[in-house]
Amino acid sequence: MVRLSSPQQLEGLRKSIVERKDRSKPCIALCVGTGCLAYGCTDILTAFKNEVEKNRLQDKVDIRATGCPGFCERGALLTIYPQGIFYQRVKMEDVPEIISETILKGNIIERLLYTDPNTGERYTKEADVPFYKRQQRLLLDSNNKIDPTSIEDYLAIGGYAAFAKALSHMKPEQIIQEIKRSGLRGRGGGGFPTGAKWESTREAHGDIKYVICNCDEGDPGAYMDRSLMEGNPHSVLEGMIIGAYAIGANLGYVYIRHEYPMAVENVTIAIKQAEELGLLGEDILGSGFGFKVKVSRGGGAFVCGESTALMASLEGKVGEPRAKYIHTSEKGLYNRPSDLNNVETWANIPHIILKGADWFNKIGTKGSKGTKIFSLVGKVKNTGLVEVPMGMTLREIVYDIGGGILGGNKFKAVQTGGPSGGFIPESLLDLPVDFDELTRVGSMMGSGAMIVTDENTCMVDMAKYFVGFLQEEACGKCLPCREGLKRMLEILTDITRGDGRKEDIELLERIAATLKDASLCALGGTAANPVMTTIRYFRDEYEAHINERRCPAGVCKELITYSIIDEKCPGCGLCVEPCPTKAITFVAKKKPVILNQKLCIKCGTCCDICKMKAVGVK
Amino acid sequence: MINLTIDGRSLQAEEEKTILEVSRDNGIDIPTLCYNEDLEPYGACRLCLVEISRNNRSRLVTSCLYPVEEGLVVKTNSDRVLTNRKMLMELLLARCSGVKVIEDMARKMGVEKPSFRPQYLDHNECILCGLCVRACAEVVGTSALSLVNRGVNREVASPFLDTASDCIGCGSCVYICPTKCIKMEDSGDTRTIRNWKVNFKLKKCQKCGNYFAPEKQLEYIRTKLKLPEDFFDTCPNCK
Ligand SMILES: Cc1cc2nc3c(=O)[nH]c(=O)nc-3n(C[C@H](O)[C@H](O)[C@H](O)COP(=O)(O)O)c2cc1C
Ligand code: SF4
Ligand code: SF4
Ligand code: SF4
Ligand code: SF4
Ligand code: SF4
Ligand code: FES
Ligand code: FES
Repeated sequence: MVRLSSPQQLEGLRKSIVERKDRSKPCIALCVGTGCLAYGCTDILTAFKNEVEKNRLQDKVDIRATGCPGFCERGALLTIYPQGIFYQRVKMEDVPEIISETILKGNIIERLLYTDPNTGERYTKEADVPFYKRQQRLLLDSNNKIDPTSIEDYLAIGGYAAFAKALSHMKPEQIIQEIKRSGLRGRGGGGFPTGAKWESTREAHGDIKYVICNCDEGDPGAYMDRSLMEGNPHSVLEGMIIGAYAIGANLGYVYIRHEYPMAVENVTIAIKQAEELGLLGEDILGSGFGFKVKVSRGGGAFVCGESTALMASLEGKVGEPRAKYIHTSEKGLYNRPSDLNNVETWANIPHIILKGADWFNKIGTKGSKGTKIFSLVGKVKNTGLVEVPMGMTLREIVYDIGGGILGGNKFKAVQTGGPSGGFIPESLLDLPVDFDELTRVGSMMGSGAMIVTDENTCMVDMAKYFVGFLQEEACGKCLPCREGLKRMLEILTDITRGDGRKEDIELLERIAATLKDASLCALGGTAANPVMTTIRYFRDEYEAHINERRCPAGVCKELITYSIIDEKCPGCGLCVEPCPTKAITFVAKKKPVILNQKLCIKCGTCCDICKMKAVGVK
Repeated sequence: MINLTIDGRSLQAEEEKTILEVSRDNGIDIPTLCYNEDLEPYGACRLCLVEISRNNRSRLVTSCLYPVEEGLVVKTNSDRVLTNRKMLMELLLARCSGVKVIEDMARKMGVEKPSFRPQYLDHNECILCGLCVRACAEVVGTSALSLVNRGVNREVASPFLDTASDCIGCGSCVYICPTKCIKMEDSGDTRTIRNWKVNFKLKKCQKCGNYFAPEKQLEYIRTKLKLPEDFFDTCPNCK
């Protein structure tokens, strides 16, 4: 490709790409995101290529390997354009039929359509599937419309037009004003106003400034940053280029978690393509502005996502936070003014610049504008990445998009914000989800992980799990976080074992208060959220464990017993063999089996096996 | 000069000084465990927390790190500060019960024993203040030690938990350690620092015959300062 030397040339190139594309030509867009890889999509991709060749359709059908459109649970996912036919759970065997039926004859293959488990209704188009219908996919929508390794695809959907606009029609100060006016807040967790951060970095003293993209994404179960970086790396780069131009930075870093090889690969390809076109490097589009981007792989600890730790890690030092009394916008990476933003934050920038702050401002709530991507997991029917306008209620997310609770169970709580987020109970299901509302109820936005739990979840056990995770992942530099989490974990472990003391709840609250007030970084500062919210909303469960040595959810091993409910057990004997300790004895057909408490190690196997629900847990 | 108020007293301070420095200059005591005026502040023990307020909003900051600002109002002994400091002492005591400095300090703050079950009490003498590591790196310049591992498994260690090969046996880490948990012994012509798994041959004074310092340390100083070859043949007393 030739190096472009003006925004006009860029528009010219875009026009020629769009004109060359035949919009009526069938295109099979197969997700090859990390989630679908598990469903063998690379083989499926090869199968499609072979099948197309076999039918001599190379010139008549396009095959596009795309990033993740979010509904990974239903992988492998396939969209057929131009109609937008949506197939899910696609397997190797389906490939010839898809070509012969759908591509050649235009017939729909019913069994590959998504069927709503609640209503039994089938949907042909992606946009109609309930999981997608209520979403507003500003950022994720392009994922299955482009091949992430093709800059032409990105240009075809309007890519880099925002940058061209910024470069030719806006002064850096104007860009910053636009971002400020849009109300965009950082998607990395804290919700800090992006425009203000850019402004202070621009105003900070120093010739050398940096912009950094945080793709560390340490939150377990969260993968929105990954899917954007893998599925649409140019959108993130474009945001960074606009930001660098506005701030006056000439060097940028993309810091990627080391478990994300595909993200590294795709963004590296994207950087190279952008360099070749003259969208990165010296004298970009003939403007005199120069900007380079380097990719750096993360240190592998959750705490490395914290801004100061990330910068230390980028410098090749141990990834440990330092106090931020001098802001990183003044003294960040190599002690120079640095602006760090999250992947999703960067990906929002081109949209805001292209469509304007007023347009962006209309989406969302008073204090939180735009959309937010959540990773919805746990006990809901539809799991995956969902992008919704800020302010959508938890109920809408869990029930309308998530399809409700699995197995007809009762909803218990949803945990938002990752390991140091809080649990939100059923009574608050109508809470509009935005930065401030989540904080108000004791949780937080965090990266956007959302874990739904049901009646079979013990809240003390959950709190214990998260505290355990955090005490392992904390850096251990400061006393309250290191020692406080250790003691909290011990106390919670005691409670789940039936060794809790009356004063333990108060003690947990006291440690929590010090963690919040006295920790060096936000990891310690928010680490007590799971404990505090479970005490706040599920105190009765703590009390049942402590006062009655009882686990209401039937989870904590030391506090439960399994027993056979005689009336329900016809003595089928299915559970006898699998019991690892031979605690169950077969009596006779039509007679209930006998469970010997002394031998039972509470593994739960019998309970899982029994179809008659004849094993009771108390 | 900057004007600020600490515990109700109006004070003046030089720019770039920290709250801790200004307080100490004015005889206001703030407890610390990881601070040493000759080393870069680190902010790990959190005992030096103070409350600052501005426009009716207050928050806790680390006084050893926080640079003074015009109009700052600081309280070093507010209820919020004291409550937190007490909990920090409880956590410290639980980590290293039996360490005299910590016990004394806790008692001074009214903490006799932590609210945790006795089974929780560890018997660790190191409080991970990092003073030894910083002294070795910043003062001695050898960086023989580092803080390794994350979270609760953090510890001070020589590289790969093996012999600290860069250690010159100067003992700076030993002198600076607030809990005296680094064990150094001189016996005969050998100095041993057990924590770092190192042994050093001591140099004998050619005049009085006393062993006075590790040969490796003397050699390090001699080369660094470009001193004559025979400079350390006699001990400081005989010079
Ligand atoms: C323990 C910890 C882990 C964090 N991990 C991440 C992360 O994985 N990704 C991220 O973007 N921000 C993370 N953050 C937030 C960053 O420190 C920082 O605020 C953010 O990247 C700034 O970008 P934003 O303004 O666009 O949100 C973390 C913060 C803490 C305290
Ligand atoms: S709060 Fe935790 S993670 Fe943060 S610096 Fe302290 S020990 Fe490290
Ligand atoms: S819980 Fe496990 S050990 Fe106990 S009876 Fe059932 S299968 Fe056997
Ligand atoms: S599987 Fe259920 S019904 Fe069958 S014997 Fe066991 S408890 Fe009874
Ligand atoms: S004795 Fe060794 S480890 Fe200690 S300060 Fe001296 S050189 Fe460093
Ligand atoms: S050994 Fe002593 S000086 Fe070093 S970290 Fe531990 S307590 Fe601090
Ligand atoms: S990876 Fe294919 S849908 Fe998410
Ligand atoms: S002295 Fe300030 S944190 Fe330790």
